[in-house]
Amino acid sequence: MTFSPELEAKFAKMIQNYPPGRQKGALIPMLLFAQDEVGSMTPELIDEVSKRLKVNRVEIEEVIGYYTMLTREPRGKHHVQICTNVSCMLTGGEELYQHACKKLGIGNKQKTADGQFSLEEVECLGACSWAPAMMVDYDFHFNVTPEKLDGLIESLKKTQ
Amino acid sequence: MADPITLTIDGRQVKVPAGTLVIEAAKTVGIEVPSFCYYEGFSLQAACRMCLVEVEKMPKLQPGCTLPAAEGMVVYTESPKVVEARKGMLEFLLSNHPLDCPVCDKGGECELQDMTFRYGAGESRFVEIKHHVDEKQWSPAVYYDAARCILCYRCIRVCDEGLGVGALGLTYRGVAAEITPSHGDHLECDECGWCIDVCPVGALTSGTYRYKSRPWEMSYAGTICTHCSDGCKTTLSVRNGEVIRANNRDRSGVNGEFLCVKGRFGFDFVHSEERLQSPLLRKDGKLEPVSWSEALAAVAARFGEVKARNGKFGILGSTHTTNEENYFLQKFARQGLGTANIDHHRSGDVPALLDALSGKTGKLASSADLYNAKAALVIGSDLAQQHPFLAFQLRANFRHHQAAVYTVTSGTVREEQYAAKSLHCEAGQELASAQSLAEDLKKHGDLVILFGDAVRGQAVSQLVAFGESLGIPVKYVCLVDYANSRGAMDMGLLPDLGPGYHAAPAVGLSRDEMLAAADLDVLWVVGSNPFKTTAPAGTKTFTVVQDLFLTETAQRADVVLPAASAYEKNGTVTNVCGEVQRLKQGPKVMGTKSDLEIFGLLAKELGLNLGIWTADKVFEEIRRTVPGYNVPLPVIATGGAAQTAAVNGGVPSKGKPEYIRSAGDTLFTSGTLGRYSKMLNRVMEAPGQLYKP
Repeated sequence: MTFSPELEAKFAKMIQNYPPGRQKGALIPMLLFAQDEVGSMTPELIDEVSKRLKVNRVEIEEVIGYYTMLTREPRGKHHVQICTNVSCMLTGGEELYQHACKKLGIGNKQKTADGQFSLEEVECLGACSWAPAMMVDYDFHFNVTPEKLDGLIESLKKTQ
Repeated sequence: MADPITLTIDGRQVKVPAGTLVIEAAKTVGIEVPSFCYYEGFSLQAACRMCLVEVEKMPKLQPGCTLPAAEGMVVYTESPKVVEARKGMLEFLLSNHPLDCPVCDKGGECELQDMTFRYGAGESRFVEIKHHVDEKQWSPAVYYDAARCILCYRCIRVCDEGLGVGALGLTYRGVAAEITPSHGDHLECDECGWCIDVCPVGALTSGTYRYKSRPWEMSYAGTICTHCSDGCKTTLSVRNGEVIRANNRDRSGVNGEFLCVKGRFGFDFVHSEERLQSPLLRKDGKLEPVSWSEALAAVAARFGEVKARNGKFGILGSTHTTNEENYFLQKFARQGLGTANIDHHRSGDVPALLDALSGKTGKLASSADLYNAKAALVIGSDLAQQHPFLAFQLRANFRHHQAAVYTVTSGTVREEQYAAKSLHCEAGQELASAQSLAEDLKKHGDLVILFGDAVRGQAVSQLVAFGESLGIPVKYVCLVDYANSRGAMDMGLLPDLGPGYHAAPAVGLSRDEMLAAADLDVLWVVGSNPFKTTAPAGTKTFTVVQDLFLTETAQRADVVLPAASAYEKNGTVTNVCGEVQRLKQGPKVMGTKSDLEIFGLLAKELGLNLGIWTADKVFEEIRRTVPGYNVPLPVIATGGAAQTAAVNGGVPSKGKPEYIRSAGDTLFTSGTLGRYSKMLNRVMEAPGQLYKP
């Protein structure tokens, strides 16, 4: 399989960051960037990365199974992640997550019918000081309230 | 070796070499530290926490499996703290482990059962509903029940490190964590099934054995695998006369626990529906079932008649029959029938190697040498495919001792993954290519050279001259195909050489010449299938075949005698490294007779006096008369391996090396036997291919 020229250039540069014989180290960033372009960890993608980094296929499966940010199912255009770990739970993260479920009409690890949003309940995002916290794609949002969440989702809908 | 260190374990002084792990140090004085994930010979994992021990001056309990013993260390393995920790670990492991022990294959030989019995708490504080996952079939040989898995990583390590296949991995986390096969929902691997054996619980189960028996309902026979020539010990589990499992958990034999797909699953040809269970006699052009006495009388009558008129016999021996049978057969031929026309399918030039090494001692490598040598050179063989155990030894040597392995082959081989240097060349040019490695090889302390049928005849002495010119100790292995290919040569199933490579009284026809001879009166084929590739020239030849199946050869025979397989026999076989080992009878198949008994009965029918035809008596005679076979009986009798060299002196005849060729079996084929093994044919990797990129 082939990637876009931009991604290929990125990979070519990335590989050079690792000393000879240690290219295996590029596995996680490579999977992440490839996922952004392909949408999910397809078998073809796994085979391709396996070939490029000379990593056993099973080792890639292990990594995919371990890290929640790698997914086998394609996600929505915007991926909403809400933390319900201790700090966030105490400051209303749980309610926030329930609100998001209602607002989007989907549950954990599901995708809206129009494919615009997917939702995931996640563990600590490392932003306890500004709990409750959430992430939309690669952007953090702090001290989130249900109203702020509504506003955020509406604005994302408008930018379609 | 570094100076030994002294430590105290449970109040006892223990002296061990520096670097020894506490768990191993305890073993030396008979103290068992329980563990699941620790497995001798493989990388350390420290995943199961069962081996926690208390060490003085260390604040926390330490895993005995990763803690190296240190001078003056004081270790307690049964202190209240340790006992409590073990109980806790077992309670955790059982929190999600199904208690389906009454139907689980592992029940009775399960390490989790044993440890719970010995160290566990009788009660659990967990009341949560167990997380159930359905069983999965990964291949015809391997099934996985994730719920039973305790995530010890043993299977992953034996596959990755031991075999170099790496078909198993661990995916997901926490309660959802499970072992995953190489292709998502199925396995593509060597199908060796070692993962099933090492599994401490019943998470990995075997396609041939699952839900068939309880371990205490079976009898066990430790015998030698009858497929390739590596001579692995395989212990047959027999229930009601049927083999339902083969493994080698007691690590007896040269192979320890290693077995390939043939050793572990390839036993099922024994109970194939196509096994011959009655003698067949050609009547009016058709093979009809007859009684043994009728069949034997028919053969004896014709043999007697041909012998009386000085007719021409041709005798083809087998590469699967025992030493005793081979010895008796050549005696039958030379003394009984007075013919020199005896041969078998030769797959390696052992006589040429012995001749080239004449006068030198300690030049033949044992299978242990492959694990201990500093370097090894493989010439013209896809070792992982053709000699899985030898390949395993080299890989283990590389893992444990960083041995330098060199390969010279006509295509890609698995050893290249870790080889110091690999050369590819045109088939037939292997020896010439290997010589270019001289400078590399000289650097090492010692060397084992393994060569296949690419090096034969004159080339063998060139190879030995090359090896001896390196100036380092070199040992050799001449690779041959089948379980007793080596024994067939040692016992004199050769047209020009008798037992022990002594010159035969007369030189007879070789295998190919017999098949091409139009004037043979009798062709007697024992456990071989020459007509599959070569149609016999003789149209009036009376053909007698002893075999397990109605092979292409048997179909054209005049008399077919149903023989017992090696798993149904007692006797000895000699492996590729010249190690003599004992076969022990497992099952019995009705209607068959061992080849030795058939020879004996025929001799009796013919009125020949060839001696008593029991395996023990013939072996005694072999020990007396064949050089090198005077092996220590206690070693053989207790299931050990005794290395032998059947000659140390010039071999008087060069034979006809042009007729030497390997059958080229892969990991999933095994000549005729392999065709009748359902498992070897059912796995999706079959039939496999040599030198596969």
